[in-house]
Amino acid sequence: MFARARDSDLAYDFFHAPVAMAAALIGLVLILAAFLAPWIAPHNPMDVASLSLMDSFKPPIGMDGADWSNPLGTDNQGRDVLSAIMYGLRVSLTAGLLSVLFAIVTGIVIGLLAGYAGGLTDAVLMRIADVQLTFPSILTALLVDGVITAVLPRTMRDALQLYVIIFAIGISLWPSFARTVRGSTLVERNKDYVLAARVIGVPSWKIMLRHVLPNVTGPVLVIGTLSLGLAVIAEATLSFLGVGLPPTQPSLGTLIRFGDDFLFSGQWWVTVFPGLTLIVLVLAINLLGDWLRDALNPRLR
Amino acid sequence: MFGFIASRLLQAIPVLLVVGFIAFALFAYVGDPVNMLLGQDHTEAQRLALVRQLGLDQPFFVQYGRFLCAALHGDFGISYRLAQPVGALLAERLPATLELAVTASVLAFAIGVPMGVYTGIHRDTLVSRLFMTGSLVGVSLPTFLLGILLILVFSVWLGWLPSFGRGPVVHIGRWWTTGFASWAAIRCLILPAITLGLFQMTLIMRLVRAEMLEVLRADYIKFARARGLTRRSIDFGHALKNTLVPVITIIGLQFGGIVAFSLVTETVFQWPGMGLLLVQSVAAADIPVLSAYLLLIALVFVLINLAVDLLYYAVDPRLRSRR
Amino acid sequence: MPLLDVRDVTVEFPTRRGVLRALDKVSFSIESGEILGVVGESGAGKSLTGAAIIGLLERPGRIAGGEIRLNGERIDTLAAEPLRRIRGRRIGMIFQDPLTTLNPLYTIGRQLTETMQTHDRLSDADARRKAIGWLDRVGIPAAAQRIDAYPHEFSGGQRQRVVIALALCAEPALIVADEPTTALDVSVQAQIITLLKDLTRDQGTAVMLITHDMGVIAETAGRVAVMYAGRIAEIGPVADVIRHPAHPYTAGLMASIPSLEHRVPRLRQIDGAMPRLDALPTGCRFHPRCPKVFARCRDEQPDLLTAGATRAACWLHADG
Repeated sequence: MFARARDSDLAYDFFHAPVAMAAALIGLVLILAAFLAPWIAPHNPMDVASLSLMDSFKPPIGMDGADWSNPLGTDNQGRDVLSAIMYGLRVSLTAGLLSVLFAIVTGIVIGLLAGYAGGLTDAVLMRIADVQLTFPSILTALLVDGVITAVLPRTMRDALQLYVIIFAIGISLWPSFARTVRGSTLVERNKDYVLAARVIGVPSWKIMLRHVLPNVTGPVLVIGTLSLGLAVIAEATLSFLGVGLPPTQPSLGTLIRFGDDFLFSGQWWVTVFPGLTLIVLVLAINLLGDWLRDALNPRLR
Repeated sequence: MFGFIASRLLQAIPVLLVVGFIAFALFAYVGDPVNMLLGQDHTEAQRLALVRQLGLDQPFFVQYGRFLCAALHGDFGISYRLAQPVGALLAERLPATLELAVTASVLAFAIGVPMGVYTGIHRDTLVSRLFMTGSLVGVSLPTFLLGILLILVFSVWLGWLPSFGRGPVVHIGRWWTTGFASWAAIRCLILPAITLGLFQMTLIMRLVRAEMLEVLRADYIKFARARGLTRRSIDFGHALKNTLVPVITIIGLQFGGIVAFSLVTETVFQWPGMGLLLVQSVAAADIPVLSAYLLLIALVFVLINLAVDLLYYAVDPRLRSRR
Repeated sequence: MPLLDVRDVTVEFPTRRGVLRALDKVSFSIESGEILGVVGESGAGKSLTGAAIIGLLERPGRIAGGEIRLNGERIDTLAAEPLRRIRGRRIGMIFQDPLTTLNPLYTIGRQLTETMQTHDRLSDADARRKAIGWLDRVGIPAAAQRIDAYPHEFSGGQRQRVVIALALCAEPALIVADEPTTALDVSVQAQIITLLKDLTRDQGTAVMLITHDMGVIAETAGRVAVMYAGRIAEIGPVADVIRHPAHPYTAGLMASIPSLEHRVPRLRQIDGAMPRLDALPTGCRFHPRCPKVFARCRDEQPDLLTAGATRAACWLHADG
């Protein structure tokens, strides 16, 4: 009864959760910075012609020898760290979002199939999902990435690498979506109105789309947000390990890997600033996901 | 009891066979082992000899069988990249990875469980909120970045701890090397173990907290309160014991996660373990190492699952009576 | 002096849409050894009353007014530790579902001995001996062997017997039994009620028996309190409340019970549903559904008024 009286009202919740609002704001700023990078970044880090070794290793503002044209300093080739971060954020977010999208679509299709078909199909698909869930996603992504790289001809590797990464990360994330969707499908499948619809000959895929999908938007949104955090970390990790995106498309992970080499020579800012950006991005995503989960699931309070 | 273990082991066999099949398919069909091993300059006769030697002229299932047989004997073929037997390569690196993973797990468990219990019981105190916020930062902190930041602070700036390698190790028997024998080697272990353990620690803490909250809502806890049992007995007896049942499973599975993430940690700290070998092999598309690693990890997972089941069996009387 | 005296107890739940008043000035008392039945629809506040008495209201619920006395001593204002010592020792509680009220990972013997040893200095051997005695008294066959069994090894009815043993083992003067038979098979319900009745009579334990089953109350209780929307609608001796209900809600409730004695042509039902706590009507909370409603009911809320042998919160008895 009390649960009904304080029934969850997402917007109300949101504007009474300062942490969630702050996370959303930061997330928005980062997304804007990423996708408007070509227009608002102070320099174009991809433009090799504009780089000058004279400018290399300029420290960030607050240290001796810094100036406002490179607020976060420059790297070994004189590349502006702030601009590199904005472009890197763009690559990281694109890879992360597309991986999650891929995982959602795959998960929904498999979940619907398993839940609706039942029987052996269901058993086999869910067994695969179980096994994969116990297998750490970074390992799945790494192995898938390694195998595809081995299969692809050398000349095509760089061009296709983004898609390989998206596939490798997406394939490691689908099982949680599939499980949720399957659960809802099983519940809905046996409801009277679905049976009635089947009796009058509505095709099953239509029933599924109309009645099952609306029921899973909440959970899928929550898992999707939390998965986005995982996907961004996974991409950064793969790029850091040197098996991710090619150096021509540096993501945050790639930038951190480059900067790692200069840690001992004192140029910490080349690696620390992209690192902090990555942490803030993932933290904002996770805070939002956490809040969303609690808001949609009042029982957990 | 014996029947329980036997049935669990029987269930593991199909999983191992399937993973073995994938590993074999990788091994046999991804890339061209003959070209990899012979290089560009070779005669047709040399090629045919190698094909026969590798058994590539045999039917598919014979090859699969041979692969499994060889794998059972620890023979996983020759690394393309290092031109050494894969079995020996992995065996040489196994102790380093296991020592790192076990240290990190112990750390994560010993700190994560009490923190989870505390935040579960005192959910609204300042310390709890601090722990929870801290844990979210911990979950959001990529392992490799944590490693880099630790190196920056403790190795570069403060100069307290070494930043790479395993230090001087001591051989025990034929196969094992240990870093627990000298202070210099233990110093090398500190930063990697923290790096690897922190994520798992926050995860364990959040998990224990969530389970604890769930259990504290249960009817038998209400009934225990209604009987006037002390808070101590309810929180650390009735509630904690029930919390541990699901937590055991996940912690067991987390050990798999630790083994997986050790490859990231090993790369950051240049730790000479299996993970570092795997990353180098992926970059070089060294398929025999990949497939052997896959099999080995699957075996580790099966063993962990078995250990988890046995623990379950010890904790939960409902399982014991069902048999 | 009554054993338990509940006076004007009000329980509130602060929510973000305002404070909900779940119990509103509930007053009643229980004498030593007496069985008081409490009936009402779900959500009427029966269980909440029980929880308030034993000091186990779930957050954010709180007692916002009134007082609860046990043997004349106020217990609603006690600190956690003295309150804990009262629970189990002086007030026991029985819950609805025996499948979930026993800790699955502890043997029933351990749960019994732990409870007794919390409240009394008992050696392990004595506690075990007493635990076997209790299992025997609640009718668990071969008690000495089964004491080391886990809850899942018992049937639902047997588990409720164990729950009763657990509630009684520290020999409280009052038991709050919250729907003790609702979750059980119909065939077992009567046995459990009989057991509860016999044991509490032997022991001189008073019982507050919460149920929505008038039949159980008619067989067991001496007096009955009828609750509606967080208030007591009527309270009095069971026989009078059943035969001459003074509150129209009680009358409706009685008429909806099938009876062999008075053959009613068909079951009557009260139209409408109990109001939600965040949308209570003005005046008497029952007036929108009341067949005998009149002007005063819409404006003023009645307190308990004497109505023959019972007392009812109804303006029909304003002159009485």
